[in-house]
Amino acid sequence: MSVDFLKEVAKPVMAGLGITARRLRNKKVTISYPEQRREQYPRTRWRHALTRYDSGLERCIGCSLCAGACPARCIYVEAAPNTDEDRKSPGERYAVRYEINMIRCIFCGFCQEACPTGAIVLRKEFELADYHREDFIYTKEMLLEPIRDEA
Amino acid sequence: MPKRVEEFALHDSSTPVIGSVQKGGNVILTTTDYVFSQARANSLWPLTFGLACCAIEMMSTAASRFDLARFGMEAFRPSPRQADLMIIAGRLSKKMAPVLRQIYDQMPEPKWVISMGACASSGGVYNNYAIVQGADQVVPVDVYVPGCPPSPDALLYGIIKLQEKIKRDRFASKLIELKPRTIEEVSA
Repeated sequence: MSVDFLKEVAKPVMAGLGITARRLRNKKVTISYPEQRREQYPRTRWRHALTRYDSGLERCIGCSLCAGACPARCIYVEAAPNTDEDRKSPGERYAVRYEINMIRCIFCGFCQEACPTGAIVLRKEFELADYHREDFIYTKEMLLEPIRDEA
Repeated sequence: MPKRVEEFALHDSSTPVIGSVQKGGNVILTTTDYVFSQARANSLWPLTFGLACCAIEMMSTAASRFDLARFGMEAFRPSPRQADLMIIAGRLSKKMAPVLRQIYDQMPEPKWVISMGACASSGGVYNNYAIVQGADQVVPVDVYVPGCPPSPDALLYGIIKLQEKIKRDRFASKLIELKPRTIEEVSA
């Protein structure tokens, strides 16, 4: 084994392995995703939700401003008038159908900004992948949050 | 007792053979199925095929924070001959569509496709003359991942969904019990 070998091969290899050895002490950066979740940032925008007032009435009044603001045109709103017997929202009208094409949505949050009553909000549930594109039409039943139990 | 019969289509759309699989029964076949599907699901080699900004998130998924290597997918292959997963990452323009189809055809069976992001899945905001409104018009898509772009963990969720689908696949049973059927039988 010559001096050249030690100088030109062994020394750089040991120097390289030294970096590896030093890095072993560092904190691991990998998030093992299905078991661990990273904390989402405060302004993360993912899956939509239609919220309710504390009384259980829907916030959405079927004004379609979210559909107008949507750059991808992925929201469809169909409104119907409220009656005193069957009151869904405090306004004059409510949304009979509220559909979002989740596969076309770009999660920009413009609908949230446009909404005058704060009905549509974007939550942080990001696990939306699915097998069939028909399953991405999220209907009002899927989006509407359940009535909170005041117990 | 009748065995549950489930329809399936062979994956490559260029050879549209549709058969029926009889589920359950054979120990040898189900064990082979299990071994093959586990091996396939846990050694997916994706194609290096980034079309737009979603590719940045795809690279980020492969990097150390989310670490695609945990799923046996760290080998991004530049050659379609060596890849078995195509992640369509970005908007697919009409000029790119024949190229994408050719690359898909060059991939060996078994192969899977993930449509990543709003543009690849449906066109997204680009509802215009230049963009294909959904990559499933060109190639069969297994998993759609919404988002613009999907964050690395959203893509990982899509990959896990694809792995679940591959693990349900019954490779050996298909080989033995594949019976081509006519269109009338399928639609009936």
